[in-house]
Amino acid sequence: MNPTGTVAQLLELLLALLFAPLLSGWVNQCRAWLQNKSAPSLLQPYWMLDKLFAKDVVIAQHASPLFRTAPYVVFGAMTLACGIVPTLSIDLPLAPAADAIALVGLFALARVFISLAAMDVGTAFGTLGARREMLVGFLAEPALLTVLFSASLITRSTSLPSIVATLGHREFAIYPSLAFAGVAFTMVSLAENARVPVDNPATHLELTMIHEALILEYSGRHLALLEWAASLKLFAYSCIGLALFFPWGVAEAGAPLAIVLAVPVLLAKLAIGGAALALVETISAKMRIFRVPEFLATAFLLAVLGMLVHLLLGA
Amino acid sequence: MTQALASALAPAVFDPGSWLRLDWILIVVGAWLFVGILGIVWLRRFRVVAQVLFPLGALGGLALLALALGAVFAPPQVAELPIGLPQLHYHLRLDSLAAYFLAVIGVAGVGVSAFAAGYFRHGEGTPPGLLCLEYHVFLASMTMLVLAADAYAFMTMWETMALASYFLVVANHRLPEIRSAGYLYLLLAHVGAIAILLCFGVLQANTGDYTFANMRAQHLAPGWAAAAFLLAVLGFGAKAGIVPLHVWLPEAHPAAPSPVSALMSAVMLKTAVYGLLRVTFDLLHDAPWWWGTVLFALGIASALFGVLFSAVQTDMKRLLAYSSIENIGLLFVGIGLAVLFRAFGMLPLAALALTAALVHVVSHALFKSLLFLGTGCVLHATGERNLGRLGGLIRTMPWVAWTMLLGVLASAGLPPLGGFVAEWLLLQGFLFTPLLPDGFLNMLVPVGAAAVALVAALAGYAMVKFFGVVFLGQPREARLAKARDARPWERAGLLWLAAGCVAVGLFPIPLIEMADRVTQPLLGAGIAATVRANGWLLLAPDSVARASYSPLLFLGVVVAICAAAYLAVRRRYHGRLRRAAPWDCGFPAQTPRMQDTAEGFGQPIRQIFEPFFRMRRSLPSPFDRNPRYEVTIEDHVWHWIYRPVAGAVERIARLFALVQQGRIAVYLLYSFLTLIAMLIVTKAWH
Repeated sequence: MNPTGTVAQLLELLLALLFAPLLSGWVNQCRAWLQNKSAPSLLQPYWMLDKLFAKDVVIAQHASPLFRTAPYVVFGAMTLACGIVPTLSIDLPLAPAADAIALVGLFALARVFISLAAMDVGTAFGTLGARREMLVGFLAEPALLTVLFSASLITRSTSLPSIVATLGHREFAIYPSLAFAGVAFTMVSLAENARVPVDNPATHLELTMIHEALILEYSGRHLALLEWAASLKLFAYSCIGLALFFPWGVAEAGAPLAIVLAVPVLLAKLAIGGAALALVETISAKMRIFRVPEFLATAFLLAVLGMLVHLLLGA
Repeated sequence: MTQALASALAPAVFDPGSWLRLDWILIVVGAWLFVGILGIVWLRRFRVVAQVLFPLGALGGLALLALALGAVFAPPQVAELPIGLPQLHYHLRLDSLAAYFLAVIGVAGVGVSAFAAGYFRHGEGTPPGLLCLEYHVFLASMTMLVLAADAYAFMTMWETMALASYFLVVANHRLPEIRSAGYLYLLLAHVGAIAILLCFGVLQANTGDYTFANMRAQHLAPGWAAAAFLLAVLGFGAKAGIVPLHVWLPEAHPAAPSPVSALMSAVMLKTAVYGLLRVTFDLLHDAPWWWGTVLFALGIASALFGVLFSAVQTDMKRLLAYSSIENIGLLFVGIGLAVLFRAFGMLPLAALALTAALVHVVSHALFKSLLFLGTGCVLHATGERNLGRLGGLIRTMPWVAWTMLLGVLASAGLPPLGGFVAEWLLLQGFLFTPLLPDGFLNMLVPVGAAAVALVAALAGYAMVKFFGVVFLGQPREARLAKARDARPWERAGLLWLAAGCVAVGLFPIPLIEMADRVTQPLLGAGIAATVRANGWLLLAPDSVARASYSPLLFLGVVVAICAAAYLAVRRRYHGRLRRAAPWDCGFPAQTPRMQDTAEGFGQPIRQIFEPFFRMRRSLPSPFDRNPRYEVTIEDHVWHWIYRPVAGAVERIARLFALVQQGRIAVYLLYSFLTLIAMLIVTKAWH
């Protein structure tokens, strides 16, 4: 383990933990602007977390220990996910612990835990949320995996640093397989992060929501951890997108100065990505829940098509 | 026959120092049979059978596991037992492939036997002593089956295994549906057995020598080799539960007592996989690539079919039975890939795919037996198999629930547990594909990878449904509040298997070393050397830059982050917690019946994959006084294949009935006519 790598790893984890709520705040702000509303403060998510941490936890009488463990597991999984996606440097000591397939497994682990926790209290909305989350998940997960497979077939590696290194060194061109994969990935990330065509992060109407229904019974520090984990998930997905489709500006191994340079590049890319996400959310309408499988099946098929196109055209 | 075996086991030389490992394994087999016979002696002494005999059986499993673990790394041993037909003794051979599957029998046998010591109750059909005999004969026959090195020994053990398990399935034979489930099982077991017998007939190539050594030496013409392979797929596929021969699984597994379902699903299905591996990789040579695609396609179909049906089931054990079909499908995918890669000379890749299948054999044996045993506890505590009447058991049955959670996570293929390692290796097998020389196959492989990813995600769905509806939420019936947790022996069995799931997940490299000893003789390649070179912490079948996964590091980091978050929150803020009524958006008058039932949780799958199911629904109209919603889901296969076949058999049988007159004179006339006909034929022949 080399010192530069360790520094990059710690910096990346720290950056994710600190800036993930900011990214959520930024997306909310952009959306408010686009909708001609006055935006809440950029730091609103932080005040929210602080308030929730300070509050008492109120849980149902019969909630089992699983209910209290799940927020920590989800938070831990999302933090690790942010830690293994190469955003600042491709020299990350944690990256060999989980490759692209294990990364998807990590998201699945978090999803299963939060769904089980939602079923634990045994309320109508909790189980409804769990069912819908698993519904979104079982289509989004293979689609994401297939997107990553396309990248792996191109780069002949499932290790995330190798994928980013290889993709980053190719000359700039629009590769048809990656174009398909990119569309599929965008659709998957919208669904996975409870964004507008699939779910509405701003709604509190119980019958239409997914993510909010899942965490309905949570309060205090548990809710804070889950909200933080949700923003970490958005951060991780944005980073995966950047790593696969805009892999430039990431520091090489053994280049300490480049890491320092990579930070503003990453923040700029995230800012643009967040604004784009707000734009997509603003111009699309929320779908009925029964349309979601079609949306995600389209994403899955596009991802498979991307893979086939790569094998047909070799690009 | 059992006595003959027992007497044969008394060796002429009483010098334990010179005994081979194979001899010790035979002694374990003998001990199991002895325990079974003791069960007959104490036929109705329930406490003796439960507290002494089944724990002794578990000890036997432990011994078998230890011996098999040693044997995997040792050179093959052979023996000949002076039993069987006069000219046809039992040939036994303990090589690494056999030893690997013996280890699976051992490791699952320990857990299931220990559990069974606490499980069986008074007054459940078959007397406990007889159950003990059948159970241990079942274990012994599976062990001998794996050791068999000639077709005769193999077939007799195969049949013993089928019969022993049949009697175990119908342990509760007073219920008609259990009898019919047993009949279906026996029928398909025998269809399979005929195919296997014919397969061996082809393999011996008219030499009349039915030893595996002879079959190995024969080089069959491609047509005959293909016939043998297809017969093996049919025969072993019927036992393993490959679509469309899977129909007995969802009937027999719920009918059998839970330890038996566990043993059947975890181990008996694997003996079929063993047989397929033995025939395809050991007895036959130079498998052409299309064999691989056959296995691959059957595997994908079974995996998808199994997981879809498991997601819509409402019976705990049926759900798990369909999940077994899914897992067997994944095993076939791995084996198919291995055949495919070997046919094109890509031996390291073939070894990777086969290793994935072998790792999955072990992890499936562990988690599926754990899950079946857990359903047994639930069944005893509540008397209920229907998911819709359970719920909230994590509070009354914490031992069962928490061990089951590990099994469920492993079954859903989540890191860092056992199921994920196999899945990861399998997907690596797909992605490592350098270009296959055939364009169509190149397309097939990535589509297969996507299908496997879909299956894995759906397995997560089914498992969340299973665990969530049974153990989480509020009890759907009042009497569930009085459910009792597992007994001490049951806990021991559950813990052993749960620990196994965790161990396979966290320390996959020793298991890969074992699998390497199997793939080396079969394929001439293995992945252990590369894995070893990349260090004990990382699992990397090629180079670390290409793909790596470290379950220990993975778990360690997640745990560390969780712990840091926990401590930081406590230090910076507080740890106050209050209990109150559930919030649920402030709706009053919420009852436990408003939670999702199994039907409700499966509804999206039913809706999305509607063409896959044969569904009958009746919906209530808004004006019904007592609205009832009914839905039944059946296999298409029953209506497409089995019903027509059964009808045809019946019609043919009716034609034969014309010949049957029931008068002795007519039958004598038949004999006379036959004799005349034979004489004419022989005369004409010369």
